[in-house]
Amino acid sequence: MSSITVDGQHNGSIEGHNHHHTDAGHHGPAKGISRWLFTTNHKDIGTLYLWLSFILFLVGGVMALAVRAELFKPGLQLLDPNLYNQLVTMHGLIMIFGAVMPAFTGLANWMIPLMIGAPDMALPRMNNWSFWILPFAFTILASTLFMDGGGPNFGWTFYAPLSTTYGPKSTDFFIFSVHLMGMSSIMGAINIIATIFNLRAPGMTMMKLPLFVWTWLITAFLLIAVMPVLAGAVTMMLMDRHFGTSFFDAGGGGDPVMFQHIFWFFGHPEVYIIILPSFGIISEIIPTFSRKRLFGYASMVYATASIAIVSFSVWAHHMFTTGLALGAQLYFMFATMIVAVPTGVKIFNWVATMFKGALSFETPMLFCLGFLVMFTCGGFSGLMLSIIPADFQYHDTYFVVAHFHYVLIPGAIFGAIAAVYYWLPKWCGHMYSETLGKIHFWLSAISLNLTFFPMHFLGLAGMPRRIPDYALQFADFNKIVSIGSFIFGAAQVLFLYIVIKTIRSGAPAPANPWNAKGLEWTVPSPAPYHTFSTPPMIPAETH
Amino acid sequence: MSLKPLQTGVAFVLAFLSGNVWADYTLNMTRGVTSISHDMYRLHMTIFWVCVVIGIAVFAVMFYAIIYHRHSIGAKAAHFHENTTVEIIWTIIPVLILVAMAVPATKVLIKMNDTTDSDLTIKVTGYQWRWEYEYMGKGVRFLSNLATPAEQIKNRDVKNPLYLLEVDKPLVVPIGKKIRFLTTASDVIHSWWVPALGIKKDAIPGSINEAWAKIEKVGIYRGQCAELCGVNHGFMPIVVDARTPEAFEEWLSQQAKKDAQS
Repeated sequence: MSSITVDGQHNGSIEGHNHHHTDAGHHGPAKGISRWLFTTNHKDIGTLYLWLSFILFLVGGVMALAVRAELFKPGLQLLDPNLYNQLVTMHGLIMIFGAVMPAFTGLANWMIPLMIGAPDMALPRMNNWSFWILPFAFTILASTLFMDGGGPNFGWTFYAPLSTTYGPKSTDFFIFSVHLMGMSSIMGAINIIATIFNLRAPGMTMMKLPLFVWTWLITAFLLIAVMPVLAGAVTMMLMDRHFGTSFFDAGGGGDPVMFQHIFWFFGHPEVYIIILPSFGIISEIIPTFSRKRLFGYASMVYATASIAIVSFSVWAHHMFTTGLALGAQLYFMFATMIVAVPTGVKIFNWVATMFKGALSFETPMLFCLGFLVMFTCGGFSGLMLSIIPADFQYHDTYFVVAHFHYVLIPGAIFGAIAAVYYWLPKWCGHMYSETLGKIHFWLSAISLNLTFFPMHFLGLAGMPRRIPDYALQFADFNKIVSIGSFIFGAAQVLFLYIVIKTIRSGAPAPANPWNAKGLEWTVPSPAPYHTFSTPPMIPAETH
Repeated sequence: MSLKPLQTGVAFVLAFLSGNVWADYTLNMTRGVTSISHDMYRLHMTIFWVCVVIGIAVFAVMFYAIIYHRHSIGAKAAHFHENTTVEIIWTIIPVLILVAMAVPATKVLIKMNDTTDSDLTIKVTGYQWRWEYEYMGKGVRFLSNLATPAEQIKNRDVKNPLYLLEVDKPLVVPIGKKIRFLTTASDVIHSWWVPALGIKKDAIPGSINEAWAKIEKVGIYRGQCAELCGVNHGFMPIVVDARTPEAFEEWLSQQAKKDAQS
């Protein structure tokens, strides 16, 4: 990380843009640990978010590997069922709230000010706070594993009454940590909205914003809308557990299904919170390596906004087997099918961007192509899941596990990885090793399919999800799945090595290694500690 | 008890374990033994092929670009970046496909929800971690527990072919009759799932859900709890023993007598 602490950048390598960072040498970062504790610098905070997310990605990954080791063959060998359930729960919570969301917030912190020509985020002190809540939130969450009675063991969806009346004692700590994560997300979202609305360089109109900025703006509104709903759900849980209410307790006149309605009213937009920033990243990278402008910029913006709006009205498609009234089932089926339309538009636009371009396949582009192919597959299984009668057979089986890992890993994780390879030269001033990057991609892509494709078969053959042991006819595919998962895990350790090697000893990076459009490439690499203290000139073509 | 259903059951199990059927079973959804499960399978295959066709079209264009529009072979980037006609077309075509899919799905859904005119009602109650079956108005009610010995689960004994899919007392039902299942639970949420019957219904404390099946063939059909319900969620299987109506009536009257005595 030391390579990021470049102060006193006075280079003239970028024609005509020197005036953008005139005060870069006046105050650099503080020394030592206080730099990271008290920083209000968007780049430092972005770096903190990204490292936290990487660490939690590995922690959540190790949990998944423990689960896969147990499932390598039938019978209980490594984990008792309660520990198994705890690891399944923690894997979900840590990957969603700890790995994916902070990764994108970190990217937003680093890139949004650079992309819109702002000197920093609009609310720098709050920015520090929104980050520093997270290590404490995740320490609390992880500590529940060592508490009397064990940690949360009810799945990341924590359905009542399993999580309320029947939850372990540590559930209260889980509730508290979810509140903390929610606060952090809401503050992060407010900051992003305030930055985009107020700190755009003159001439950077809304319809000139890079798509990553657009998708994050829409994501931030989703966060502000639904994180309070999650907070409400866990607060009602707390009340049910300790203050004699019966929101979700049928014995007191409550309704366990109401919990699911509230949870998924948060949970479905959450799916788009996780994927939309990745859509933005893909929309930055594909045009760069196609040497061609993004196809249908305006329709991309509208499609993103439509997906966000529709995401509020499809939540009950997670609950088709709960016994919804026929009319409700029909409505949620139609509404869910509609999601395929704007999502399809986006896929078509990316393909049309590549079509008749001049493509090259550097590591960021490879991860984007992996995204395109496999996210589309995940989209197809999503479409299949929307057909309710068929969903009755898919629901809560490995088919669903396959579906959401196909959209989450190639979708969110590949998006984040592509972003790291794409912008790492800008962050640390060094190029990564293209050979190692390509090995990382191919290892990840192949092992990912080895892990998750057979899960479709397992689900269709009737294997329920979240079981620590299974019938013998599922044994062969489970073995393949487990082997794939360990290769995937190893590939991500290689990624860690590549990133550290790049920061320490990569070849020096030019200001614009990809010949890409966008303001972030007009500042030197590594980006000086302070950029755009005076607003830049907006090039005629920004996206 | 006549031997015929037993024989059929054994035959089914053997068929299930033999290579051919097994391979078919593992790769795809079961066709099942009720008209609803057939409908589900049909919808599943239709939407699957729709996805395959769209996938081929999208990936063909994508890989055409990847192969022929490479910078390394001297491709020059074109300058187009929007085309309203194309964008309208690829918005409308998916809408039409979706409408075409929604129509049959809606029909099946309406059929599934019609639980009227049933011949027999069975109440299924989920407990941590067993099922209770009650034949409404017949005076028969019993618990159904996992029958796999702990020794096999802990790898101290050889696992038998029906490992984790066997119970002490299966649910016995007649074929050719419309059976209405009422699902509920006494503690947490469970989900009663028998793929061959095309039924997956959550068993929720405090409410009662309905589903129905008219089984076509005598046989043993197996399923599992499909909603995480605590430590032993993976250990509460479901076994449905479908018999001819006569064999079923015989079993039921014997069972009712036994229950009355105890």
